[in-house]
Amino acid sequence: MTMKKTILATTALTLVAGGVAAQDMADSMTVVSWGGAYQASQQKAYTEPYLAANDGVSVTWDESSPEAVAKLRAMNEAGNITWDLVDVEAADAIRLCDEGLAMEYDPEELAASPDGTSAEDDFGDMLVSDCFIPQIVFSTTFGYRTDMVPEGVEPPTGACDVFDLEKYPGKRALNKQPIANMEWALLCDGVAYDDVYDVLETDEGQAQAFAKLDTIKDETIWWSASAEPIQMLADGEVFMGSAYNGRLFSAIVEQDQPIGMAWDWQMFDIDGWVVPAGLPEDRLARVKDFLFYATDTQRLADQAKYISYGPARASSAPLVGQHAELGIEMAPHMPTDPNNAENTFVNNYSWWADYRDDLDAKFQAWLAQ
Amino acid sequence: MSDVPAATPQDETDAAGRLVAADGTPLKRSLARALRRQKLRALLLIAPLLLFILLTFIAPIADMLFRSVENDIVSRTLPETVETLGEWDYSSGELPDDAAYLALYRDLSVATEYKTHTRLGSRLNYETSGISSLFRKTGRGVEDMGELYQDQFEDLDAAWKEPETWARMMASEEWLAAEDRAATPLELRDGIAGALPNTARAYEQFAEFTQNEDGDDPAEEDPWAYVYAMLWLDLTGPVQMDAYQGPDAALLEAAAEAAPGFESQTWRAGFADIDNDWEDVEVWGTIKAYSGEFTSGYFLNSVDLQLTPEGIEKQDENQRIYLKLFWRTIVMSLAITFSCILLGYPVAWLLANLPMRVSNVLMILVLLPFWTSLLVRTSAWKVLLQQQGVINDILVWIGLISDANRLVMINNVTGTIIAMTHILLPFMILPMYSVMQTIPPSYLRAAKSLGATNWVAFWRVYFPQSVPGIGAGSILVFILAIGYYITPELVGGTKGVFISNRIAYHISTSLNWGLAAALGTILLAAVLLLYWAYDKIVGIDNVKLG
Repeated sequence: MTMKKTILATTALTLVAGGVAAQDMADSMTVVSWGGAYQASQQKAYTEPYLAANDGVSVTWDESSPEAVAKLRAMNEAGNITWDLVDVEAADAIRLCDEGLAMEYDPEELAASPDGTSAEDDFGDMLVSDCFIPQIVFSTTFGYRTDMVPEGVEPPTGACDVFDLEKYPGKRALNKQPIANMEWALLCDGVAYDDVYDVLETDEGQAQAFAKLDTIKDETIWWSASAEPIQMLADGEVFMGSAYNGRLFSAIVEQDQPIGMAWDWQMFDIDGWVVPAGLPEDRLARVKDFLFYATDTQRLADQAKYISYGPARASSAPLVGQHAELGIEMAPHMPTDPNNAENTFVNNYSWWADYRDDLDAKFQAWLAQ
Repeated sequence: MSDVPAATPQDETDAAGRLVAADGTPLKRSLARALRRQKLRALLLIAPLLLFILLTFIAPIADMLFRSVENDIVSRTLPETVETLGEWDYSSGELPDDAAYLALYRDLSVATEYKTHTRLGSRLNYETSGISSLFRKTGRGVEDMGELYQDQFEDLDAAWKEPETWARMMASEEWLAAEDRAATPLELRDGIAGALPNTARAYEQFAEFTQNEDGDDPAEEDPWAYVYAMLWLDLTGPVQMDAYQGPDAALLEAAAEAAPGFESQTWRAGFADIDNDWEDVEVWGTIKAYSGEFTSGYFLNSVDLQLTPEGIEKQDENQRIYLKLFWRTIVMSLAITFSCILLGYPVAWLLANLPMRVSNVLMILVLLPFWTSLLVRTSAWKVLLQQQGVINDILVWIGLISDANRLVMINNVTGTIIAMTHILLPFMILPMYSVMQTIPPSYLRAAKSLGATNWVAFWRVYFPQSVPGIGAGSILVFILAIGYYITPELVGGTKGVFISNRIAYHISTSLNWGLAAALGTILLAAVLLLYWAYDKIVGIDNVKLG
């Protein structure tokens, strides 16, 4: 009789405890990302291990990151947030934070590095917004056709070669937006790196940038989808074009196209997580638990096995190993590798947050002229 | 009534000679009633569909379009500032007085806690660049302005550090005794609003935020620095301390004595410390110009004008794009419609006149691309049209053009027109085909037997009968073309993109939904206008889908 009571009591207790735990943390998450090789790297590097360690938790993927900003705003207005975690670029994270659509996230809630450095110091400058949890560093850099380099001329080495039509004749591919193009134009027109944004703020500076871009306007094909420059390079439609370094990597290494990289003045960009504002407590608890695991030093280093994007944590860099399938060393293909990162341009996100609308209108008007 | 047969019996008309029904009511009214009942029944039958369309289609569109004039974000976030600015005149060229800065301090202190100031910053940044970062920066600095006073009060007496001191002083006894203070709305102590009006108001705002946003008990939370600043303001102003009857009167008395000696600054100086853009009359002008509940700003922007503090002005020359894009969208959509007519007419004619077996095969050829993904077809055109593409390769191979002079057929207007004509062609062919099928072949034969040449028979007899098909196809193609987005984006380059590409940009990238809505409204109005013109010129009854 007492035995039975004890069993009953313990069962009841366990049930209560189980119930409480389940209430504390939701057992499903909707994670939004970009699809393709990048999302696959996120799945393999930390989502699958996390799910293996947490029984009964499930993750639903949504490939909506390109429209994340607009969709989050619509969800917020409808008062029904269906996403738990969203992968966005730094510029979008700033926008979402400004609009109050993403919640501020204290970096102290993330894992410290193995040597004890706090997450805040480990991420350092990558924390460009209070709402942003950085993951990877990627860059917009230049690829060129190795078989189309004129004879007796050295192959291009960086962004400024795109403006040299005499040395490197042929079509160019550039992104159909002012970001990056305006900075390159000024930099290659002799403006010092530190002065670029100060100059770009003035009407004269903008005119100078447009004048520089004018010199190659007739030879430029403007792309808007990130697969386009790769396709144009592969078809020989352009000699040189700006593209994301991960896409160039897969065209060169995985598909063996005759394309070379010109790393100089690559434009650094950061990609990371934001948590939508207004999540219920149980879902937020699950997201925090996942983020703590997914953004620790080892996990970010693991991600680099699957894609050539640099981990955003300083402490992850030495742990980057070999490509998971091809077995080649990944470090030389990272935008952050010292050989590639001799001259890098770090995008000034808060500057662009202010001037984007203005310059975009001017840029579109310039394109239409 | 002359049609009524003479044999009609007397009892079926009333005194006035009108026909009546069996129950004596006039037949006309009885008929109308019966019809009304029928109509009502028909309406009930379609009611679910009507409701569905209203809720899922019309209402969202109306809501989206409404955003083109909606502008309550300014007056909602900065209510007091907007009110104070009512008397200020931008054209005086002088900054508003310190009262406006005080109002701004109050509004921003609260907005910063709710984190709505950044949203307002992005809204005003559409009009004047730099305002977004000004608001973000101010949001970070505004607390310091209050902390100046908070520190001095706390140095004066440690009791000011205690949340309970504040709660005792501000709240009514009833509220303090309430069981669940986190959920019971704060009730002010009698007379406190008269004695310390600004402080009472600030404390109320603080309590409301603590309860609603954090779900905490205000009596256990430290008040914002803003509350301390307001206390200083009240104590240095014309205080009516006599009105205060509550506890801690001595504490307040001591503070009132010390407050005038506190280190202080004007509100304007406080803001100028954070960012000296607050001493720029342009910023204030923008806030004032956009302080109304509704704004014409978005519509003005979409026709290359802008609303400035001085009135409506033309947009800078290097920013005028929208009129150009509207014009281009209409011209290119017309060009696409005409090329669809030219290409579609012979095909539709063949479909309608060839033997069934052959025309069925042809029909499948028309429909097959229709069933293929839009993106696949657009990408196929890239492969065909690009300079290293199939068409150029063939032309070079047969020697028509030299390798160095390959044709540029994509990433320009030509590319968009070719790709969109192909994609929209079925929408032209199908209505034409169904109309042509109804034209009896005997008419042509009759015309010819009466001596008409082939051309005259076609032009005078066949063509006029096929016009309703052309009309239906043209309306379909034109309206689809005018809102097309993905194909121009991919093959249009810089000169072949439409207004819809800008709308998409503002919806998904810049988040300027107001401007997107205004552009969309104008596009919708243009389509309706063209439809109306079409009805006037050709007549909508002349349109047939089969």
